Amino acid sequence: MAVTGGYQLQRGDKRLILAYIFIALAHLAVGILLGFMQGMQHAGIDLYKYTFLAHYYQGLSIHGVYNALVFTTFFIAGFLHFAMTYSLKRPMHSTKLSWFTFWLMTAGLIMVDWALLTNRASVLYTSYAPLQAHPAYYIGLVLVVVGTLLLLANCLLTYLGWRRDHPGQKTPLPAFGVLATLIMWGMASVGIAVQFIFLLIPWSLGLTDGVDPLVSRTLFWFTGHPLVYFWLLPVYISWYFMLPKQAGGKLFSEPLARLAFLLFIPLSLPVGFHHQFLDPGVSTGYKAVHAFITFGVFMPSMLTAFTVLASIESGGRARGGKGRLAWIKSLPWNDPSFTAQVLAMLLFALGGISGLVNASFTVNLVVHNTMFVPGHFHLTVGTATAMTFMAVAYWLVPYLAKRKLWGRRVALVQSALWFIGMAIMSRGMSWAGLMGVPRRTALGSAPYVLPEWLTAFNWMAVGGAVLTISGLLFFVVLIMTVLRGQRAEDIEVPLAEPLQEETIPWYLDRFRPWVIGAAVLVLMAYGPAIAQLVSISNPASPGFMPY
Amino acid sequence: MHIHPYERLWIRLSVIMLIVFGIAIALSSLTFGIEIPGATRRAVATGLPVDATPEQSWIRELGPGRYEVNMIARMWGFDPNEIRIPKGSTVTFYLHSQDVLHGIKIRGTTVSMMVIPGQVGRATYTFDEPGEYIFLCHEYCGLGHHVMSGKIIVEG
Ligand code: HEM
Ligand SMILES: [Cu+2]
Ligand SMILES: [Cu+2]
Repeated sequence: MAVTGGYQLQRGDKRLILAYIFIALAHLAVGILLGFMQGMQHAGIDLYKYTFLAHYYQGLSIHGVYNALVFTTFFIAGFLHFAMTYSLKRPMHSTKLSWFTFWLMTAGLIMVDWALLTNRASVLYTSYAPLQAHPAYYIGLVLVVVGTLLLLANCLLTYLGWRRDHPGQKTPLPAFGVLATLIMWGMASVGIAVQFIFLLIPWSLGLTDGVDPLVSRTLFWFTGHPLVYFWLLPVYISWYFMLPKQAGGKLFSEPLARLAFLLFIPLSLPVGFHHQFLDPGVSTGYKAVHAFITFGVFMPSMLTAFTVLASIESGGRARGGKGRLAWIKSLPWNDPSFTAQVLAMLLFALGGISGLVNASFTVNLVVHNTMFVPGHFHLTVGTATAMTFMAVAYWLVPYLAKRKLWGRRVALVQSALWFIGMAIMSRGMSWAGLMGVPRRTALGSAPYVLPEWLTAFNWMAVGGAVLTISGLLFFVVLIMTVLRGQRAEDIEVPLAEPLQEETIPWYLDRFRPWVIGAAVLVLMAYGPAIAQLVSISNPASPGFMPY
Repeated sequence: MHIHPYERLWIRLSVIMLIVFGIAIALSSLTFGIEIPGATRRAVATGLPVDATPEQSWIRELGPGRYEVNMIARMWGFDPNEIRIPKGSTVTFYLHSQDVLHGIKIRGTTVSMMVIPGQVGRATYTFDEPGEYIFLCHEYCGLGHHVMSGKIIVEG
C-alpha cells in the first residue's frame, strides 16, 4: 500500500470534522464534571444542590448519554469521515449529504440536550420502558442514529467510486476499517430503530397505550452490545493503522488485522442476551448460546493484542532498541499521543478480563447490576475509547487547525493522570461490586450501606477527582493549541504501512460474505427467541415518570 | 497468507483458554445448583402456583422448613419487606413488578434477578446461616430507587 502522505483534505471537510469533534468534546466536558459529582455523592458529599440539577439520577442520565452516546458518536463520525477521505485520497461521494448528516445529528442532539437538561428524560441512557421520557428525547436519539446510517451510505458510495477507479487494488487499510465499523453498526442499529420508532415514540406521544417492557429491552440490547464495538473499532483503526507509525514501526500482520475487523461483523451481533442473563422471560437455552458467542467475540481482541504489540515492538527495534524487553525503552514515550494509547491498552486488558467475568453465565449472577459493571466499562469505553480519542485529538486537532500541539508535557501528565485515576476508580468500583454494592444508585443516601463499603467508595471518589483534573488538563491543552499553538502547515498524519507487502485472499477484502454470515447467525441466535417473546407479548405497560 | 509462528501459537492458546472457560461455565451451571432465571412467564405459568400473580403478596409454609413467598416490587419498596423464617429453611420466591423495571439481590445469597412487569421471576435458596439478610433493588426505578430494600431474618 502506498503511503497516503501528501493528500490534503478539502477545507470544507476539515471544518466538518472539527465541528464534530467540538460537539463531542463539549459534551465530554459536561460528562466528566457529572462523573466527578457522582464519585463525591458516593463519598457522602452532595454537590447537586449547588447546581440546577434536580437529583443524582438526572446527573447520571446526562453522564451516561453524553459520555457513552454523544461524545463517542460525534467523535467517531468526525474521525471516520477523516479516515475515509484521507486514506482513499478523495472527498466523500456527496458533500451535501455530509453536511446534511451533520445538521441532522446536531438537530437531534439539541432535542436530547433539552430533554435531559430540563429533567424530562431522567431514564438513564438505557431508556428502559416503562420509564418514559419526553418524546423529544427519543426522536432526537433516532435522528442521531439516522445520521450515522447516512454516514454509512456516504462512505459506501465513496468506496464504490474508489473501486471503480482502482480496479484490482485492495482497499487501503483505514478505509477498510471504517467500512467494517459502519457496516457492523448499520446491521446493529436495526434493534433500536424498531424499538424507538415502533414502540417508544408512539407510546410517549400517547398514540399507543402500552409497551411490553421485555420486548423493548430485548430490542435495546440487540443494538446495545454491538454499540460497544462501535466505540471500539474506531479505536482499533488507530491502534492498527496509525499507532505503529507513531511508534516508528509498521503494521505487523495485515491479513490478521483485516480478519479481526471482519470477525466483528458476525460475532458482535448475536450476543445481546448476555445483558439479560437475569431476565425472567428469556429462555435459558438462548442465554447460553449468546454466552458462548460472547466468548467467540473475544477472539478478535486477542488477535489485536498480539498484532498491535508486535507492531509497537517493530517500532522500538526500528528506533535502535535491542534485547528481549529493552526495546521498550526506545519507544517514543515523549509523544503524548503514543503514550496515551499504550496506557489505554494496559487498562483495556483489565477491562477485557472483567468483561469475561461479566459474560460468564453463572459468575454474572454475582456481579450483575453491581458496581463491578461500571468498574468494567470505565476501563473499556471510559479508557480504551476515551483515552485513545484524546490521543487522536492530540494529532488530529493540530492537523485540522494547522497548529502545533501546545504543551506536550502537560499532555503527557494528562495521560498519566487519566491512567492513574481510572486505575484507582475502577479498583474501587470492582471491589464494591464484589461486595454487592448496586450500581445506578445514589449510594450516599441509601439506608443499607455497610461500613465496610466506605473504603471502596473513597477509592472511587479519589480516582474520580484525579480523572477530573486529567480531563481539565486535556481541555486546556486543546484550547491552547487552537488559540496559541505555533502555526504549522505540515502536521504529519500517522499512517502505518504493513511490515510485508503481500497479496491477501479475496475474502479479506470483501464484506458481503461476512454480512451474509452475520445475518444468518443473528437469525439463528435471536430469531426464535424474539418470535417467542413477541408472540406472547403483553403490551400493557403504561409510561411512568418517577423523576 | 503469512502468519508468524508465534502468532499462530498465541491464537491456539487463546482458543484453548476460551474452551476451558466455556467448559468451566457449562459445568458450573449444571452442578452448583445455580438457578439462572428462565422463561417463566405469567401467560404460560407452567409450574407456578395459580396465585403467584402481581395483585397480592403472600407467604406460605409448604411443610417443615419449606416456604414460598409471592413478592411484589413497586416504587419504592418490596411487599413483604420483612420475612422471618427458621434456620435451614428453603424458600422459593416469586417476583412481580406492578410498575417499572426493578431488580432484587439478596445479600449473601445467590439470589439476584431482574423484576420485569409482565414476567414472573423465580428463585430458590436455602438459608443455612442464621442472621439478617438485606435485599435491595438493583435496577434504577426512579427517584426513590436507593431506598428500596427489605430484610429476611433467619432465626437460629
Ligand atoms: C472524570 C471521569 C469520570 C468519572 C469520575 C466517572 C464516574 C462514574 C461513576 C461514579 C459512575 C457510576 C454511577 C452509578 O452507577 O451510580 C459512572 C457511570 C457511568 N459512566 Fe462514568 N465517569 C467518568 C468518565 C466516564 C467516561 C469517559 C465515560 C465514557 C466514555 C463514562 C461512562 C459512564 C457510563 C456509560 C456510566 C453508566 C451510566 C448508567 O448506569 O446509566 N464515564 N461514572
Ligand atoms: Cu455487552
Ligand atoms: Cu430500583
